[in-house]
Amino acid sequence: MIHMTAADETKLLDGQLTVENLRVKVEGRLILEGVSFNLKSGEIHILFGPNGSGKTTLINAIMGLPGYEIVSGRILFMGEDITQKSVEEKAKMGIAVSFQNPPEIAGVKLADLLKLCLGKSPRDEFSEDEKQLIERFNLTGFLSRSVHVGFSGGEKKRSEILQMLFLKPKVMLLDEPDSGVDVESLKLIAGEIQRYVQNSRGTALIITHKGDIMEHLNAKYGCVLLNGQIYCFSDPKRVYEDIKREGYEGCIKCQQRSIAGW
Amino acid sequence: MASKEELTRVPQKILEEAAKAGITAEKERAGSFFHVDKATIYAGVNKLFVGKAELMDIKAAMQKYTWVNEDYVWKAVPRETDMLTRKVWEYYTGGYFLRIIRNSEVTVPLQTCLTITQKDLEQKVHNIIVAEENSKAHVIAGCLQHPEVRGAAHIGVTEIYVKRGATLNLTMVHNWAEDTFVRPISAVVIENGGTFISNYICLKPVRNLQMYPVAYCNGEESRVVFNSILYGHKNALLDVGSKAILKGKGSRAEMISRAVSRQGSKIIVRGSIEGNAPDCKGHLECKGLIMDDDSHIQSIPELTARKRSVEITHEAAVGKISEKEIAYLMTRKLSRDQAVSLIVRGFMDVSIMGLPEAISSEISRIVEMATQA
Repeated sequence: MIHMTAADETKLLDGQLTVENLRVKVEGRLILEGVSFNLKSGEIHILFGPNGSGKTTLINAIMGLPGYEIVSGRILFMGEDITQKSVEEKAKMGIAVSFQNPPEIAGVKLADLLKLCLGKSPRDEFSEDEKQLIERFNLTGFLSRSVHVGFSGGEKKRSEILQMLFLKPKVMLLDEPDSGVDVESLKLIAGEIQRYVQNSRGTALIITHKGDIMEHLNAKYGCVLLNGQIYCFSDPKRVYEDIKREGYEGCIKCQQRSIAGW
Repeated sequence: MASKEELTRVPQKILEEAAKAGITAEKERAGSFFHVDKATIYAGVNKLFVGKAELMDIKAAMQKYTWVNEDYVWKAVPRETDMLTRKVWEYYTGGYFLRIIRNSEVTVPLQTCLTITQKDLEQKVHNIIVAEENSKAHVIAGCLQHPEVRGAAHIGVTEIYVKRGATLNLTMVHNWAEDTFVRPISAVVIENGGTFISNYICLKPVRNLQMYPVAYCNGEESRVVFNSILYGHKNALLDVGSKAILKGKGSRAEMISRAVSRQGSKIIVRGSIEGNAPDCKGHLECKGLIMDDDSHIQSIPELTARKRSVEITHEAAVGKISEKEIAYLMTRKLSRDQAVSLIVRGFMDVSIMGLPEAISSEISRIVEMATQA
C-alpha cells in the first residue's frame, strides 16, 4: 500500500508525465544525476540548457531508446510506472518523440511512414483532412520520396512534427523542433503544437536554444538542465531573458521563482 | 516452331507460378514467349505490336532468317568459353529470339518465360535479343520452376545486341525452387549511342546461382547499367557479378546492387569496370545487409583504367541493419519485426531501377511477398 500526500495527488491529477529522480548513463557515463519534473496536461513546457547538458539524453531515456541506461528513478505516465516498458509499448501508450537528427531511411516512402503513424496500412489512402495537413506542412511533394533522404534541416523538422501529430500522442517530447527552420515554418510548427496540446489536453516538452518559438506558442513553464540536474521552474520567457543576460550558470543562481508542482 | 494462337494453352499452374516472376496474361503484354522443360509452347506478338517486334523460338528464327546465325548466334558469347557453353551449343532445346524492329518503340513490355516442371531436368536454352537501330523496348524475362520440382538445372546462354541509338531495358526475375542449380551466361554488345539497362532480381532460395554477364560498350557514348536486387535465404548461394568493358569513346557503365543475406545464405557480389577508351566513366555501388551470424556477404569490386581521362569510382558498404533506424520506427508504434521488414523492403527498393510504373509496382509486390515469407 502506497501512501500518498496531498501534493502527490495533485501531481497525478494534472501530470501526464512525471519523472522522479531519474539518473541515466550513456556509454557508462552518468549524464543525468537525479532529474525530477512533472508535465502538466494541456500545457507546453520549455527545457533550456547548454550543448551537452543532457537534454536529448533526457528525452531519449524517457522514450526508452537503446543506449540510455536508467540507473535509478521512475517515469510515471498518468500515474503508472512505465520506467521498464519498451519503446513500442511507450509509443502505443501515447508518448512520442520528434528527433533533433532523425535517421534517413532509404527506400521507405514518407507517405508509407505517415500512414503507419496514423495506424493505417501503406495501401490505405489519406483522408482529406490528413491531405490538407500534409499540404500545410509543405510535404505533399515529398510523399513519394525516401524518409529524410536529401531533406534539408527544416524539411526534416516538418516531417518529424507531422509524424508526431499523426501519432496523436498524449505526451510530446520535442528535441529542438526549431533548429534549422525558416521563419514561416517555425510559425507553422509552433502553431500546430499549440493547437494540438490545447485540443487534446496533452502535454509537450520542447527543447530549444532560442526564444523565437515562444513567440508563436503559449508556453507556461520553463526550466534549465545543467550539470545533470533541473533548475529554475518558472515563466520560460523570463528564464530565457536571464540566460541571455547571466548565462546558464548565472540563471540557476536565482532559485526563488520556482512554481509549485513542477 | 509455329506459334500457337492462344496463350491460354499455357498450363494454368505455370501461369500461376509465372505471376511470381512478373509474367502475366497476354493482353497486358506486347508479346509473350513460353518455353517449358525442353520445348517452346508459345511464342507470339500481340497484334498491336506486329511490325514493331518479333518474338519466336530461336530455331524457327534461324530457319526464317539466315542473318540470325551469321550475325548473332555465338557472336557475343564464344561457344568454346567453357563446358557449359559447349553443352548449350550441342544440346539446346530452344530459347527465344526477340527482335525489336528499327525505329520502333514498344511501349508495353515484352515477356519471356523459361520454365522447368520435371525432376532432375537439365534445361539448356539459347536466347538472342536484337534491339535494332533507334528502337526502344522493355523486356521482362521470368525464369521459374514448379516449386515441388527437385534437382533441376538451368543453363541459359543469352546474347544481346543493342544497335546504334537503341535503348533496351531488360528486367529479369528469377523464381527458382530451392534445390536448383542455375547458370545464366550472357553478353551484350552495345553500339554507338546505345543503352542497355539490366535489372536482375532474385528473391528465392535457389541452391546455387552463378552469373557474370559481360557488356561490351563498343560504341561511342554507349551506356550500360546493371542493377541487381538479391535476397538470399535458406542456405542459398548467389554468386552474382557483372562486367563492363568500355571500348567506345565516352562510354559509361553503372552497377548498383543491393544484397540481403539471412538464414545461412551466402552472397558474393562481383563487379568489374574496365575503362579502355578516352572519357569513359564508371560507377559501382554495392550495399549489403547481413541479418544473422550464419550468413555471408562478400563484395568484390574491380576498377581498371587504361586511359588518362577515364574516371571510375566505387562505393561499398556491408553490415547489419541500423539499430537507430529500428528504434526510430518503434517510436512510430511499429513492433521490432515490423520495423525490420520495413527497412529491408526499403533497402531492396526497386525505384533505383527506373522501371515503368506497371512493372515497378509488380516487382514491389513480389519483393513484399518474398520478404514477408
